Amino acid sequence: MKIKLIGIICIVLIALVISCQSDEQVEFNRYFSAGSAVYQEHCQNCHGAKGEGLQGLIPSLTDSAYLKSNKYQLACFVKNGLKGQIKISGRQFEGEMPPNDLSPVEIAQVLTYVTNSFGNRSATITTELANADLAKCN
Amino acid sequence: MKKLVYAIAFILLWNACKINSSDNKALPIFGNKEAVTKTVNGKQVTDTLYQTIPAFKFVNQYGDTITDKSLDGKIYVADFFFTTCPNICPVMHRNMLPVYNEFKSHADFRIISHTIDPKYDTVPVLKKYADKMGISGNTWWLLHGQKNDTYTIAKSYLVSLQEKNPQGQYVHDGYFILIDKQKRIRGTYQGTDAKEVEKMTTDIKTLMAEPDQKPTK
Repeated sequence: MKIKLIGIICIVLIALVISCQSDEQVEFNRYFSAGSAVYQEHCQNCHGAKGEGLQGLIPSLTDSAYLKSNKYQLACFVKNGLKGQIKISGRQFEGEMPPNDLSPVEIAQVLTYVTNSFGNRSATITTELANADLAKCN
Repeated sequence: MKKLVYAIAFILLWNACKINSSDNKALPIFGNKEAVTKTVNGKQVTDTLYQTIPAFKFVNQYGDTITDKSLDGKIYVADFFFTTCPNICPVMHRNMLPVYNEFKSHADFRIISHTIDPKYDTVPVLKKYADKMGISGNTWWLLHGQKNDTYTIAKSYLVSLQEKNPQGQYVHDGYFILIDKQKRIRGTYQGTDAKEVEKMTTDIKTLMAEPDQKPTK
């Protein structure tokens, strides 16, 4: 009887852990797949289907170190565009990225997609996180 | 035994198809055409006159003058772009790069890209663009010219360009136009579609093999 009870509790606990994980996973998947669509519509022309950029004209999105160190500015880059000199994957770029008229949800989605594609890996960038970063744009 | 017969039949059929596909080795000729009747040696001869690219004069990224004469005896691809184009141009030139790399060693092949924004895209701006794209030498020319001249020449390539729209953007077709050594239009391809550009590469090879397109020595 006791063993049975312990067994049931264990199963319930395991089920809880799995369902919690999958909640997070579901959220990530939703952001990621929506972000993929946003990327195709607003980013892919310039940055390429594989985030490869274009020669010395348009930077790639494969520089994980750059993405990581500018984690809290990414939302502002997408919204307001980016100008001036930047160094990506050891290469100097000086062009201009135009601003994008995207909602905070779409920015969160596309950032989740980009920071988890092309060899990059990060956590879900939720709308709350994106909004917090957007509030601090220069 | 039956299997063997099937196998032989299959091989024969397959080869037959292969021969057929390689037989069909001439590209169509596009544009307006008219029949012209001439008198040659006292005989009436009817010839088809195809639309050709008229004379032009532009300047390339090195500041050199480029005219229709510069493309005599060349097979070339033409397109229209501008360096600050945010939408289709990066895709077009991403797709053009493999074409450039494939044919840059051919002395009788050229790519010409006309800027439709001559005010911003001056010769030094075009040179910088070329450097950043990693293109050098004389295979791929970026051409600067009077706006009117560019818009006029676009019509003979069957490409439509429009002035800036209210959002301050230029509207233009992303077509790549394939021109033969007789300056006739032999193909138009959607430059934003990698598949169509691959077909263009195949067509360029087909065109190069046509008897009247062979290298002139």
